[in-house]
Amino acid sequence: MTPPAPLRRRLGRLPFFAVSAALCYASTSLHAAETSTLQSGDTAWLLTSTALVLFMMIPGLALFYAGLVRSKNVLSIFMQCFALTAVLSLVWLACGYTLSFTGDSGGFGTLDKIFLKGVTPSSTYAAYPNIPEHLWFAYQMMFFLITPGLFIGAFAERMKFSAILVFSVCWSLLVYVPTCWGVWHKLNFFGLTHVIDLAGGIVVHITAGVAALIACIMVGPRRGFPHTQMMPHNLPYTLAGAGMLWVGWFGFNGGSQVAANGNAAMTVVVTHISACAACVVWSLIEKIKVGKPSALGIATGSIAGLAAITPASGKVGPVGALCLGSISALVCWFFCAKVKQKFKYDDSLDVFGVHGVGGFVGTVLVAVFASPFFGGLGYAEGVTMGGQLVTQLLASLYTILLSGGVSIVLLKVIDLTIGLRVDSEQENQGLDLAEHGESGYNA
Amino acid sequence: MKKVEAIIKPFKLEDVKEALSEVGVEGMTVVEVKGFGRQKGHTEIYRGSEYTVDFLPKVKIEVVVEDSRSETVVDAIVKAANTGKIGDGKVFVSDVLEAVRIRTGERGADAVSGS
Repeated sequence: MTPPAPLRRRLGRLPFFAVSAALCYASTSLHAAETSTLQSGDTAWLLTSTALVLFMMIPGLALFYAGLVRSKNVLSIFMQCFALTAVLSLVWLACGYTLSFTGDSGGFGTLDKIFLKGVTPSSTYAAYPNIPEHLWFAYQMMFFLITPGLFIGAFAERMKFSAILVFSVCWSLLVYVPTCWGVWHKLNFFGLTHVIDLAGGIVVHITAGVAALIACIMVGPRRGFPHTQMMPHNLPYTLAGAGMLWVGWFGFNGGSQVAANGNAAMTVVVTHISACAACVVWSLIEKIKVGKPSALGIATGSIAGLAAITPASGKVGPVGALCLGSISALVCWFFCAKVKQKFKYDDSLDVFGVHGVGGFVGTVLVAVFASPFFGGLGYAEGVTMGGQLVTQLLASLYTILLSGGVSIVLLKVIDLTIGLRVDSEQENQGLDLAEHGESGYNA
Repeated sequence: MKKVEAIIKPFKLEDVKEALSEVGVEGMTVVEVKGFGRQKGHTEIYRGSEYTVDFLPKVKIEVVVEDSRSETVVDAIVKAANTGKIGDGKVFVSDVLEAVRIRTGERGADAVSGS
């Protein structure tokens, strides 16, 4: 085995440092290199990416959503993001990780690594021997907690805090875990073996987007919707949050290559290009349809473009990313501005319209833009564009059915037991005071 | 004594304050208010959802002066707050029955005059 680059450099310098301390250090490093496959560059990038993805949840997503609700509910959004971060991290430690990334018990992993049992600093996850297993655990934990984080925007301003926690934990174990296990661990999702989903178009965005749509319908609209005016109370929060999400997404997608190499660099480039294209297209649509390009519009566009490139960012080139970002802006705008108005579901912060639809667009169209014709990296051996398209569509369909079905059952059970909504008086008062006993703004 | 209440465009507050200082008014109360008259509101669009904003932000200035000065004060406000465009606001004048300066206990015109 070739020693990793830093070690080669150290050994090369050895004759110039003929001191015993250096010798000692070099010999222990050499010993470690013989038994370890860890790559320090990859490890450093994944450590960074882990922090970037956590930063997307708190404060990125929290700010993005908090600015869009009315001022009486601003803290409830922050609280939900922080609470989900804490609770789901503990669930990931207890059983989420082992059920997602250990072995095979048919539909799930095994319970061999509950509470990270047996994992030491020198352990590695089989598919990625270049980074420590603790890091794989931590990086994947961030995806586990941001996915339910996404759907809280759909039922914002009315769902009970306790119901949100129960729903998120159960949903994560019953929807996220099997999807993650099939798509990312077993590489066989209900029989589909060549699903392309680098960073979670299916695992994160379609699962969360579908749950969001179901939940906003089953929880019901906010009181007064759509007649009462419910304008965003602080768009600067939302814009700041969108910017943080954009930055964090470099770790979300770029880190998903699990290496600090050319693929990671390409992934970061196409991620950024897709976001930029979607910003421009969303603004153009608004200019044409409404007359003025809006700040909320450009921020929403960026997130649509980022959601769409997520599954595709390991396969498409810059031109493919440009096309994908542009298309995602068109389709997501249509869902937010037209479809939602037509069917009058109160997906309050457009989780389905932006994340669900954006993720779906990317998941399906990667089959097209992965083609070398568009500068993509092509398909697995023996797979054609048409075959890939069918795979992507089927994987999306299975995910929609799984997430939709489980969400309906869970929400029904919660409704019949602890209840889904706060009562009307509490809703009028605002969740900040009613559920958390405090106010966001005390001038 | 008269109370002069003026509802004006917010960006005119500085101009009005200066005009009142020039005619010798030494104190005033200012409140940020919302409302509409002939100006009506406007439409705002968030991700395709249209909202009509009827209540526009205005500033209300309240000044209490001796009867003899109320006309001067009203003129100063009207001159300073005028843009000629719809939505400039209104001035209301009403009688005030009593005034007390809390620190000294002075009453009536003494309570609202300078020094």
